[in-house]
Amino acid sequence: MLKEAEIRTFVDGTTNFFVTSSQQAASVGSPYLVTDGKPGTYEYTGVIGISGSRKGIVYFTARRAMLTVLLMRMHETDSSEEIIKDLVGEVANTISGNARRDFGKNFIISVPTVIANELDKVIAPHSRSYVIPINWRTHSAKLVVCLE
Amino acid sequence: MDTNGASVTPLKLMIVDDSNIIRRRIERSQQIDRLEVVGAAGNGREAVAMFLRTQPDVVTMDLTMPEMDGIACVEKLVSLNPKVLILVVSALADKATAVEAIEKGANGFLCKPFTDRQLNDALAELLTVA
Repeated sequence: MLKEAEIRTFVDGTTNFFVTSSQQAASVGSPYLVTDGKPGTYEYTGVIGISGSRKGIVYFTARRAMLTVLLMRMHETDSSEEIIKDLVGEVANTISGNARRDFGKNFIISVPTVIANELDKVIAPHSRSYVIPINWRTHSAKLVVCLE
Repeated sequence: MDTNGASVTPLKLMIVDDSNIIRRRIERSQQIDRLEVVGAAGNGREAVAMFLRTQPDVVTMDLTMPEMDGIACVEKLVSLNPKVLILVVSALADKATAVEAIEKGANGFLCKPFTDRQLNDALAELLTVA
């Protein structure tokens, strides 16, 4: 179960990622709780395993169209499949890593695992997940936090 | 050339990050005239091999990487050349990690995400000790 302040850490990390990396702010919607173990995914998902003081996963999921525009905003000219996958993993890694500012050093993050076009392969380890909806330009994405 | 027209010896820069995007971003965005990129590695093990081959003066170092993580890699590179300047560039934002990296021999810490200006300011600050 996450406390409100802990959810705020991920909201702030998401906001900071977009404004710093793309110089365009994202609008983050109200986080909501999903209890059926199916928080949902888009085409590309970067998953970070969490161990240590907390256990579970954090993932960022988005469509290719959004990731392509994000790459352009980052002045990256290559939008190959490899780079798109790299980006979705890096977003998840950055937001999860930044959370250690509040969660501390024992919030241990894995290297990213990227899942593309296989929506049912992203499995939440617990029934309860918090979903943080992200709107950036005309695109939608989600950050999902599923911690014990 | 420096501002007086005298030639300045270039410093060799190696970039270490498991993200190709970040490696390319640092290479593209760094605007320090004295720095010349000599290589980019995707994990600590590759970085050690490249370090021995290219003998860089300056290294940007991610921390969360497969094979050998950044903290272990910092320690190894400093043992190979205590004069190397290492800027840790990582998403791990807790103070304890930054302190550990500095204790192992890193000279600076830049938190991801970063702007081009933040990157160049951090590199410029690093070079003041060169």
